[in-house]
Order: sequence, then C-alpha cells, then structure tokens
Amino acid sequence: MEMNGAQLIVKLLERQGIKIIWGIPGGATLPLYDALYQSPIRHILTRHEQGAGFMAQGMARTTGKAAVCTATSGPGATNLITALADAHLDSVPMVAITGQVPTALMGTDAFQEVDTYGLTLPVTKHNFLVKAAADLLTVIPEAFRIAESGRPGPVVVDVPKDVQTQKVRFGQWPEPGVPGPVRWRDNGVLERMAQMIRQSKRPMFYVGGGVVASGGADLLRSASQKNGIPVVSTLMGLGAMAYDDPLFLGMLGMHGTPVANLAMARADLIIALGIRFDDRVTGKMEAFCADAAVIHVDVDESEIGKIRNASLGVCGDAATVLTKILPRMDTFTREGWHGEIASLKSPTPAAAEIKNPFHPSGIIRYIGNRAPEDAIVATDVGQHQMWTAQAYPVRHPRSLLMSGGLGTMGFGVPVAMGAAFANPHKKIVCITGDGSFLMNLQELATLAEHELNITIVLMDNGHLGLVRQQQEMFYSNHVFASKFTRSPDFSAIAQGFGIRAWDAGINGSNRSAIDEALAFQGPSLVVVPIDGTTNVYPMVPPGASNLEMIQEA
Amino acid sequence: MYDTIVELTVRNHPGVMSQITGLFARRNFNLEGILCRPEGDGGLSRMRLMIYTDERTEQLVKQLSKLYDVISVSIRQDRGPSRYRQLFEECWD
Ligand SMILES: Cc1ncc(C[n+]2csc(CCOP(=O)(O)OP(=O)(O)O)c2C)c(N)n1
Repeated sequence: MEMNGAQLIVKLLERQGIKIIWGIPGGATLPLYDALYQSPIRHILTRHEQGAGFMAQGMARTTGKAAVCTATSGPGATNLITALADAHLDSVPMVAITGQVPTALMGTDAFQEVDTYGLTLPVTKHNFLVKAAADLLTVIPEAFRIAESGRPGPVVVDVPKDVQTQKVRFGQWPEPGVPGPVRWRDNGVLERMAQMIRQSKRPMFYVGGGVVASGGADLLRSASQKNGIPVVSTLMGLGAMAYDDPLFLGMLGMHGTPVANLAMARADLIIALGIRFDDRVTGKMEAFCADAAVIHVDVDESEIGKIRNASLGVCGDAATVLTKILPRMDTFTREGWHGEIASLKSPTPAAAEIKNPFHPSGIIRYIGNRAPEDAIVATDVGQHQMWTAQAYPVRHPRSLLMSGGLGTMGFGVPVAMGAAFANPHKKIVCITGDGSFLMNLQELATLAEHELNITIVLMDNGHLGLVRQQQEMFYSNHVFASKFTRSPDFSAIAQGFGIRAWDAGINGSNRSAIDEALAFQGPSLVVVPIDGTTNVYPMVPPGASNLEMIQEA
Repeated sequence: MYDTIVELTVRNHPGVMSQITGLFARRNFNLEGILCRPEGDGGLSRMRLMIYTDERTEQLVKQLSKLYDVISVSIRQDRGPSRYRQLFEECWD
C-alpha cells in the first residue's frame, strides 16, 4: 500500500472506529483536511479550537471512549490547550491531532510555529512529535491505547506538514489501539481489605471519577447494599450512586452536604475508590478523617500515598477491585451506624433551598424533574455548577458532565454539544451562568447549524457569582471585578444565532417558559434571571476543616 | 543531602529530556544532577538522576514510572553520590 501521511492518519482513525472529529483547518493541516475530504469520517467545523476540544470531551465523557479533535499549528494548537488541561485533570480520554510547520522550518520561528510538543507536555498524558510518516503506523494506535488505558487522559499527536504529505509504503495495517489489560496483583491485599471491612464498625465509601470511568457504579451499589456501607461522592463521582439511594449521603467537601462531611468525620474506615484527596474535597488535610483507617483503591499507583498515607493501598481500577471484593464481603445491615448517621441528618438550609421553587437550587431540581429520565446535564463553572451538584437529581453514571479539576468556565456549551453528537436520541441540558456562557458563545453558531437537542438554562445573576460570594464572605464584602454593570440581551443573542429563546421571569416564576424550552426538540435557550446576591451553602472556607461548614448568611 | 541516585531507561528522542525535567519542575521535586547516554543502537538511553532523599522519593519513582518514555526506574543504592560527583569532576576538565 502507498499513501501519504495525512491519508494514513485518516485511515488509521477510521480503523480505530472514529466516526466524527471536531476541528478548524489551517495551513499546517491542509493535507489532513484533504484526506478527510475523501473519508466517511464526519468533520464538525467548530468556531474555536477550544470548542473542538470540549466537544470531543463531551463525547468521551459520555461514552468512555477516546474522541478526536484537530487544530492547525500555532494559534490553533494554543487554543486547544485549555480543553487538553481540563481533560488531563479529569482523566478524560482524547486524541488531539495538531498540524505543525514543515520539519525544515521547525525551530526557525516560522509563520504559525509554536512548540506544541513543549506546550502540551505538562497538560497531557503523553504527546508525540511525529518525524516520519511511517511512524504514524505505530503512533496513532499507540495514542489511542495510551488515552484509554489505566487512568485515561488526553494524548497529542503533532504532525509537521511535510510528514503529512510524505509518501509511505507498507505491507500491513497495524491493529487498532485498544486499552491495555487491567494491571492486577493480589498479593494478599483483598484478604486484608475484606478483613478491615469486617472489623470496621463505621465504614464509608468515598467514591470519585474512577468508579464512573471503570464502569463500577452497579458494583458499588451492590457492595454498599450488601455490607450496609454508606456512600459519599466527589463532584466527579456524582452519578455513581443515584441521588435518592438511601445509602447515598451526597457530595462531600467544600459545598457538600453536611451529613456527608459529618459522617466522614465519624467513620473508622474510609474505603476510597478512584479518588485523589483533592483539596476541595478534604478541606484541611490534617483534620480530614483523622482517626479513620484508609483503604485507597486507584488504578494510578502514584495516587496512593500522594496526599494521604493509606493504611492499605490497592492498585487496580475500582470496578475490578469491587468485583473481587464483593464475594468476600459479608451481608450486614449496620443498623447502629445508620442510626448514628440518621441523627446527623438535621434539616439544613441547603435542603430547604431545594424545596424552595424560587431558589436556584429549587429551580434546578425542577428542571431535573422535568427533563427526561435519561437526560444528560452539563454545567459551566460557578455557583450554578455547585447548585446543580447539590440539587440536580442525577440518576446515572456519565449523565452529569462537569469540569471538576480545572474548573473551566466555557466548558458547558461545547461539552453539551459533544454529548449531543454522541447521544443523538437523548435530551441534553446545559446549565450555565451569565459569565461562563459568554466564554464559548461562538459555538452557538455550530449548535444552530447541527440543530442539536440541547436546552441551555442560563442562570443570570448579573455577576461572576462564585467570585462575588467569596469576596463577600472572605474579603470584607469587597465586591470587585465580579459585578457586570451591563449585561447583553441573551435571548436576542441566541435568536441572532438562530436559536429559540425563552425568558423564565424573575427566579423562574414563569415555569411554562422552562417547560417549553425543555420540550423543544432542538437547540433552545431559557434565561432564568436570579437574585444577584444569593450564596451557595453550605460552604467550608478554603483551607478550613470540613467540620467548619458555614450553613447560611 | 543528595544521596539518592535514580536510574532510568528511557526512549531516546529529542523530547525525552523535557519529559523528565518537566515532571520534576511541575511536581516540585528536586533534581541536582543528570547523567545521560544512549544505549546500544541509540533507541534507548540510560539516565542517572541525583536527588536529595526525602519522604517524596517514593512518589517521585511512581510518577516517573508513569511516563510513557520511561521504560524502567530503579534506585541505585550501590552507586553513591560520591561516585557521581567524581564522574562530574572527570567530565568537567
Ligand atoms: C476560565 C476561567 N476564568 C476564571 C475562573 C474563576 N471563576 C470561577 S467561578 C467564576 C464565576 C462564574 O460566573 P458565572 O458563569 O456567571 O456563574 P455563577 O457563579 O454566577 O453561577 C469565575 C470567574 C474560572 N473558573 N475559569
């Protein structure tokens, strides 16, 4: 067989099962686009490379498979970086193919030359700079293998233009890259783990994105039920347990439920599954579950002991470890422990907010109850995100998409779009804020073009709300650079892009507008003007112990 | 005290040094010296890194092991820093 490097990339992507790729062309990717022209792969032209990166993430986060985006050299590649860093911190599998200036010009400050390899190195799981077209035969399958193996992550393949046009002759196609086998060494850890669970009086499951990524949600529920172990979750773990499961105590940490934080402090054994002791979760580390023994299960061995020493480290993915530990777990009810937890569940202001139809939490719960049972919800970053984490009735893994680690404003709209491309029969809801919404606004053009079934709910508080809240609470109410003195007409903007828009009235009082927007098949926006001074509670001050929860103003 | 020598076998290509030093920089590990030379046909290199021993050495080894370009990592207890310094002296003149 003979073909050029660009054709080889495209054929290898086809063989990899890739049906869709997001990107924007440019000088250094023209050969690649010429090869795509002749390919059944669907190319979605986004309006910004960050949008392309996040759309690929939307597909990857909902399917668990590596999704592909592409950008040209220089500004195309730099525009991708935020989406790559975001995928890196949240362990999302993706492969980004970037064009590079011809090898002969590399290092000469050529037009649109940037050191993509150097720039993406710290924000990817791995990156390749391809020097010869024949290397693509190994690099492309390797990129997918790396992205999907063990702890998933983003991989960049930087391909100079002359490598794209260079002819390659080869006899045989390489096998598509598949995730490597799950690493597992027992050496007695399971027996020790079972023994610790048996001896524990007050065990807790502390679960994160690793449970969702490994497909371990059903196993978690079985283990929790069988042995009567309550579950708390990180932001990334939401959906691993249904929000209304009696054994689920909600999210823990900075904006977690009081009962989750209080119960963690009383536990004598923490079974940490696919989590990384993030500072937003633990609060002051020395005070976090100080008296409890910790079993830390993670597919990434370097997470074990990175922040908190584990009494027992178990290197394996959550699903595998749960499968193996389940038969060794006794059937238990743990009535005493559940009674103790029940006594910690006092009626809290946050719980009352969810019941208040005019509080943002109540509005979000309403939306969740109105949206189809299998809807996927993506959020942006800020107060609306925290209210969604607290109040949205999340029922299934991979149905709540949030930028957890990087906390990237502008995440919501393009990720919702990627989810819609990957799940064309599902309703996608994007809950955003008036700050975040403007950060990838240009993708509304792409959204209108493809008529995706997305309802954007814009919680318009006229502020960078989460910043304003912190200024109020921790900086003597010095509200600075967080209030918009003038706001655009969001409905008119949406309509200008060709998207239907509704106004839900102050604090969502006009519920029929919300209902109509949600029922609309296609892209829709509903603006929900909310009070500009409402805060998210509870809140643990940054750096404080999780027991120091501020419950209300 | 720089008293630990970490020995790596790595894929030999122009970016590999950035992969290794980048890890030290972004994870805030100390790195006091580097020796590196190609192995065999040049597809692989061997690196010896001199570091201060501290409680994060184990974490460093785990992080290095995760790098795609790192084929193997070991701590060389038999090759102390004095040998290392001696080598440096020899290379310097
Ligand atoms: C790209 C980016 N820049 C800055 C921040 C810091 N930040 C965190 S939350 C926030 C406010 C978000 O405002 P909005 O989207 O309106 O949401 P709200 O908090 O009002 O619900 C800001 C500026 C960020 N997370 N991401």
